[in-house]
Amino acid sequence: MKLPDSDDTTGAVAPAVAAQGRAGILRRLLRNPVAVTCLVLLALISLASLFAPLLTSQDPARSSLTDSLAPMSGKHPLGGDGVGRDVLARLLYGGRTSLLGALLAVAVAVVIGVPAGLVAGYYRKWFDAVSSWVSNLLMAVPAIIVLLVVMSAVGQNTYLAMAVFGVLMSPGVFRLIRASVISVREELYVDAARVSGLTDARIIRRHILPVVQAPTIIQAAQMLGLGIVIQSGLEFLGLGSASQASWGSMLNDAFGNIYTKPELMVWPGLALAVTVAAFGLLGNALRDALDGTAVTGRKPSRGATTRKPGAEKKAPPVISEAQDTDDALLVLEGLTVSYPTAQGEKTVVDGVSLTVRRGEVLGLVGESGSGKSQTAFAILGLLPREAQVATTRLEFDGTELGRLGRAAMNRYRGHRIAYVPQEPMSNLDPSFRIGAQLVEPVRRHLGLSAAEARTKTLGLLERVGISDPERVFRAYPHQISGGMAQRVLIAGAVSCEPDLLIADEPTTALDVTVQAEVLDLMRSLQSERNMGVILVTHDFGVVADLCDRVTVMQTGAVVESAPVDQLFADPQHPYTRMLLASTLEDAEPRSALSLSRTVSASAAGAVGIAGTTDPAGVTNSAGITNTGRQEGPA
Amino acid sequence: MIVFLVRRVVAGLVLVLVIATTTFALMGLTGSDPVRQIVGQTATQQQVTAKSAELGLDQPFVVRYGHWLADAVHGNLGSSWFSGESVTSSLENKLPVTLSIVLAALLVSAVLSTVLGVAAAVRRGALDQVVQLLAVLGFAVPSFLVALVFAVVIGVDLGWLPATGYVPLADSAGGWLRSITLPALSLSVGAIAATAQQVRGSMVDVLRADYIRTLRSRGISERSLLFRHALRNAAPAALTVLALQFIGLVGGAVVVEKVFGLNGIGSQATSAGSQGDTPVVMGVVVVMVALVVVVNILMDLAYGWLNPKVRVG
Repeated sequence: MKLPDSDDTTGAVAPAVAAQGRAGILRRLLRNPVAVTCLVLLALISLASLFAPLLTSQDPARSSLTDSLAPMSGKHPLGGDGVGRDVLARLLYGGRTSLLGALLAVAVAVVIGVPAGLVAGYYRKWFDAVSSWVSNLLMAVPAIIVLLVVMSAVGQNTYLAMAVFGVLMSPGVFRLIRASVISVREELYVDAARVSGLTDARIIRRHILPVVQAPTIIQAAQMLGLGIVIQSGLEFLGLGSASQASWGSMLNDAFGNIYTKPELMVWPGLALAVTVAAFGLLGNALRDALDGTAVTGRKPSRGATTRKPGAEKKAPPVISEAQDTDDALLVLEGLTVSYPTAQGEKTVVDGVSLTVRRGEVLGLVGESGSGKSQTAFAILGLLPREAQVATTRLEFDGTELGRLGRAAMNRYRGHRIAYVPQEPMSNLDPSFRIGAQLVEPVRRHLGLSAAEARTKTLGLLERVGISDPERVFRAYPHQISGGMAQRVLIAGAVSCEPDLLIADEPTTALDVTVQAEVLDLMRSLQSERNMGVILVTHDFGVVADLCDRVTVMQTGAVVESAPVDQLFADPQHPYTRMLLASTLEDAEPRSALSLSRTVSASAAGAVGIAGTTDPAGVTNSAGITNTGRQEGPA
Repeated sequence: MIVFLVRRVVAGLVLVLVIATTTFALMGLTGSDPVRQIVGQTATQQQVTAKSAELGLDQPFVVRYGHWLADAVHGNLGSSWFSGESVTSSLENKLPVTLSIVLAALLVSAVLSTVLGVAAAVRRGALDQVVQLLAVLGFAVPSFLVALVFAVVIGVDLGWLPATGYVPLADSAGGWLRSITLPALSLSVGAIAATAQQVRGSMVDVLRADYIRTLRSRGISERSLLFRHALRNAAPAALTVLALQFIGLVGGAVVVEKVFGLNGIGSQATSAGSQGDTPVVMGVVVVMVALVVVVNILMDLAYGWLNPKVRVG
């Protein structure tokens, strides 16, 4: 019937095991009520089968015509079956057949699968090729057909059939072990052990066996259930040792009397279902125990930092510019983003305010973990669903975005506010041609026909510097380079002529030469279309190159905001000074050049005195709190 | 693509050949004595020898296998030792029954596991928990037990659908559908459980992918995002599991056919197997393995269609 698919347990589990050790897993397992229930049930069933002679005085094989289909009575607590055998006795003794048979099958599968998997995974070469071929072959055959053949050829022996079934299940174990071993042997510590001259046997015992132990136990639990299913299936078909009581043969008998006494199905059916379900749930609980923290949910986002509220008294941010928001394209005030974690709420953005005017490039700067990307995603409404987001004001071109529903927000996203991601290759849908991905939003937002959208998209691809737009239009993402992918993403972002472009470190993942080209492209597109831009970056070279104004963030809050010339000439906040200093130290030639150009230019001009004002927006907008809809991954 | 297809077909043929050879060897070389069963316990030694010669069992194993293989390649699978009926024609009669329930079960599994898996991945929360629990239970409870419960409750007690028998599609489309509904449903429970679990897992992963966020940033509709983009990327992994599950469906058909009194290949396998009727067993094995091979190749083609890296690269 079906063999357990082992692949899903492999990768994730293996590294976790090595780190945790078995005691911790066992403790976690015992804290899981489902696991405890399963263990107790299985223990009861095993004990009842083991002590069957003590629990009933009846012989499970003795039939008597007078007791045929007997009702429940003192003599037959659960009644008699079709030929007058005692149902309780058959149930108890039948448990032995099922459990022993399943144990035998699992033992065979483990004895074959584990060594074969170890050798194939550790030494690879011809043995790996041959054993993988055999394993694929075995997995392609319906097990029950093979068992039918074996039983008809060799004779009706339940235990023999289960041993053969063990052979048929061994590919599952083999594949699991092989995959675990392959992943471990690439680890540095195994490499180190090999270099330091440990024997293979020792490496396998010390480093590899501990890793494969736990996944094997999980799979064994599931295979036990499977063994019982197959065995009872065979006996239900009337195959197997006729003299032996078993749950499957009880169901066969009940099936024969289905119109006269269907209740006969209840006991063996229940025993079977409970036992198999208990093994299955136990396997799942074991896996959960191994995954450990995975149950509590995904870690919020990279670089999130925990800040104890009020632990440190922060200096107010240095805001050196006029706070008139009249000609503002985007006004964000009092943005707070936090994530629920096991240790309580974790705030990653705390009261951030910023303004972008039409046609202005705002640099959002800070080291990783400062909350700048979280701020960018919050504006787009793209934070993960578990994020808790509050703003006092999030106004785009006069519309409050914080209160928009999904459909209304989708009319802004991509159309008037666009986004360029950091990592080009992971941001294109691998299953669709590039053309299709670019055409879809254009048609949706601008209402173009397929042909018009195609022409427009090809023009865009040419505009972003792709020399063979027709080819790229037809290509899949894996067929183009990273630099080209980033151009495609920029083309996608500007395709509907947005007023605001939010670019999240658009050059970080690119080669240095490509970085310069992409920055040039962004600059020319920006001035050509007079877009407002929020450029998220940690690179002051990029800031100097492109930005009109800079907002500096540290641990989730704005520390300084100033026009770019002023910030370079006279940074007010110590954190800004530190960032600037570190940029100058290891600056690339290009960045340093443009930086010095900007700095000298600003030094030559009149330098305004940086005045400090109150943190904007937190108190002045009537205390509205919008809990914006976020549509990122759950 | 053509090379890939040819390779898969050749690998499939090799599989059928290896299984056929192994089965023939098992049936021919082990100690059981089918001739004695055929002629009966009271027959004389002369009668046994004559029957042996008639069936060609007096020849060496290799010669017998050579004959069988040569005939099989020409589409002749011999005749039953017990009934004398041609194996090919009896398979022709029984294949539609098994194909109906197995393919219907495959279809039901594909559709329901997608619906359940996507719903669990998108809605999360309580619905997710319920789907996951159903997945574990569906995986654990054997399909013939489900079949028995369906037969008794829906077939006999409620009488909504027939509990036994098969109506050919040519006779009555409605009757055919009614007759295969319960068998196909009970057969698909395990496959639905396993595949829904996989669909859910892949969907959760894909929905976290960067490109989904970027597509969202372009303002495309939620429907297109879920069903065009996310599901398309989650499908290959689910398809792999479904292909594995199909092997289980073919095996499960053997037991389910018995419960619903269907005269298909599965019930033929059971009776021929318990009698030691080598020609029939060989025919059944070849047809079932060939069925698995064909469906797996179709799944591979679908996989290639879904996954451009396989197709183009």
